[in-house]
Amino acid sequence: MDPPEVQDEARQRRRHPALATWRRLMRHRLFVTGLALFGVVALAAALAPLIAPGDPNRLAMRFKFLPPSAEHIFGTDNFGRSQWSRVIWGAQLSVAMGLAVVALNAVFGTLIGAVAGYFRRADNFIMRINDALMAFPAILLAMGITSVLGPTAVNVAIAVAIAYVPRTARIVRASVIVLREMEYVQAAVAAGAGHWRILRRHILPNAMAPLIVQLSFLFAYAVLSEATLSFLGLGAVPPTPTWGNIMAQGRQYMTDAPWIIAIPGVALMITVLGLNLLGDGLRDVLDPRLRIQQ
Amino acid sequence: MILVVLRRLASAVPILLLVSLVAFGLMRLIPGDASAAIAGLSATPEQIASIRAQLGLDQPFLTQLLRWYDGLLHGDLGRSLLLGQPVIEATFLRLPVTLALSAYALVLTLILGLASGIVAALRQNSWVDQLAMLLAMFGISMPSFWLGLLMILIFAVHLGWLPSGGYIALSEDPVGWLRTSTMPAISLALLQAGLLARITRSTMLEVLRQDYIRTARAKGLPPHLVIFKHALANALIPIITVIGIVVSLLISASVVIESLFSIPGMGQLLTQAVLNRDYPMVQGGLLLVTMLLVLINLAVDVGYELLDPRVRHGSA
Repeated sequence: MDPPEVQDEARQRRRHPALATWRRLMRHRLFVTGLALFGVVALAAALAPLIAPGDPNRLAMRFKFLPPSAEHIFGTDNFGRSQWSRVIWGAQLSVAMGLAVVALNAVFGTLIGAVAGYFRRADNFIMRINDALMAFPAILLAMGITSVLGPTAVNVAIAVAIAYVPRTARIVRASVIVLREMEYVQAAVAAGAGHWRILRRHILPNAMAPLIVQLSFLFAYAVLSEATLSFLGLGAVPPTPTWGNIMAQGRQYMTDAPWIIAIPGVALMITVLGLNLLGDGLRDVLDPRLRIQQ
Repeated sequence: MILVVLRRLASAVPILLLVSLVAFGLMRLIPGDASAAIAGLSATPEQIASIRAQLGLDQPFLTQLLRWYDGLLHGDLGRSLLLGQPVIEATFLRLPVTLALSAYALVLTLILGLASGIVAALRQNSWVDQLAMLLAMFGISMPSFWLGLLMILIFAVHLGWLPSGGYIALSEDPVGWLRTSTMPAISLALLQAGLLARITRSTMLEVLRQDYIRTARAKGLPPHLVIFKHALANALIPIITVIGIVVSLLISASVVIESLFSIPGMGQLLTQAVLNRDYPMVQGGLLLVTMLLVLINLAVDVGYELLDPRVRHGSA
């Protein structure tokens, strides 16, 4: 006989599968740490107009290069701009950008992966193109696309999304191919369900776990790619504050004002670390088979 | 063996064809016209027309495509607008710098990643394991250019131990090369080492659970023999397949690291090309780097097939 709490959990899982998964996630220490780290950044991004009401681009030359203090929490930069405002608004841009890349990947990656995995005739053709796109190093492809489209925040999001969609599609395809051969899918075919219905009702819901895990890591890559591109001068153009361009500008003053590069760097690292921990936790809980392959 | 290599090469051909098609298409994606974008806002229509002719953009699409492939076959990828040099020449001047730096970073990655992964697996769930995995997680999450900036601040600005940037070729002065390449290589290696440590640990754990390891231990083999001869030999095979990915990530990460440390490699060349709308250079450089990576991955796959008897006999 199982101990009562195991029975309890089993009963709960039958009734509310999502709730049971959530409870298992909340027992995963690293997942909770990741959630807390990323939560702080996401909250700061969402509340930017409230917690950083000052204009991030307001110049105040007499306040320039002030180290962090009670009055200027994160200090000021070479133009006397409030680093607090700039880093918080930078967080908003980073999170929005990550969300956009994740959303584009969720839609197009799923679509391409599902079609390739389900329709054998399309598979070879689609995956060849997919492989060719995957052969390009993601950041270089994103750079090339940004150079072609022009350096704006929206274009960076599009470029990074294009660079990663083939990778997402590949993961969805792999699950769809396995699920396609399952007996319950055969049963649905025998019952006369159409392709579209089978994909939507029977296959895709079961292919979600690896996709969700992939998307949480993708969020981290997207934020990192955006910061890298804008550090190189290929992202949103100053004075729009992004973590990357704050660091690029702060670089020449880093001897005297190291906080200008230190704070956005810490923010970036907290975001990426939080998302990576979230991804690890989701993988452990949702899809334990992936654990070994990483 | 030759058969394995040939079959792999044949499978790379369609990928390379498509990769070059994507690179070709990239320049045609520019909203409006590449020549107008290159010439700038103040250009006269005549200037734009001359750039159009120079790039061959005034030709029909199919002619452009045929010319592109014709050029590829003859090793002609056009001229860099910024440098006035053929794209191929500019690439081959810069590539050795990136390859030397990547090789240095790869060595660091292998030492750090394999050692910490193996130690963590052998002491599973101990504090050593937890510390190693915590460090690996930090390595994975640390933006490489930020790590580079911090190292410049500490080791170049404050301590003055190493130069903050610049590059001395390995062939000119090996010590100078080490001094200029060490910080960039560490910045590049930490992320990959974190990834490799995690993969090594999980692969080792998987192998250590196998029956033959228990047998080897039971028959009284010394632990180091069990670990290095029996376990590691088998764990290394899946790890080798990751090396292709690591090299590819190292070369992409070198884009930002080379710009940060002013190292005149491929990454800096491409960044400059992108910033200056030097489209032929972007297109050709992207293509050449990608082709190189396809070939490196191919070599890794061949090595894998030759090393692993199961794959070798299974596919023959």
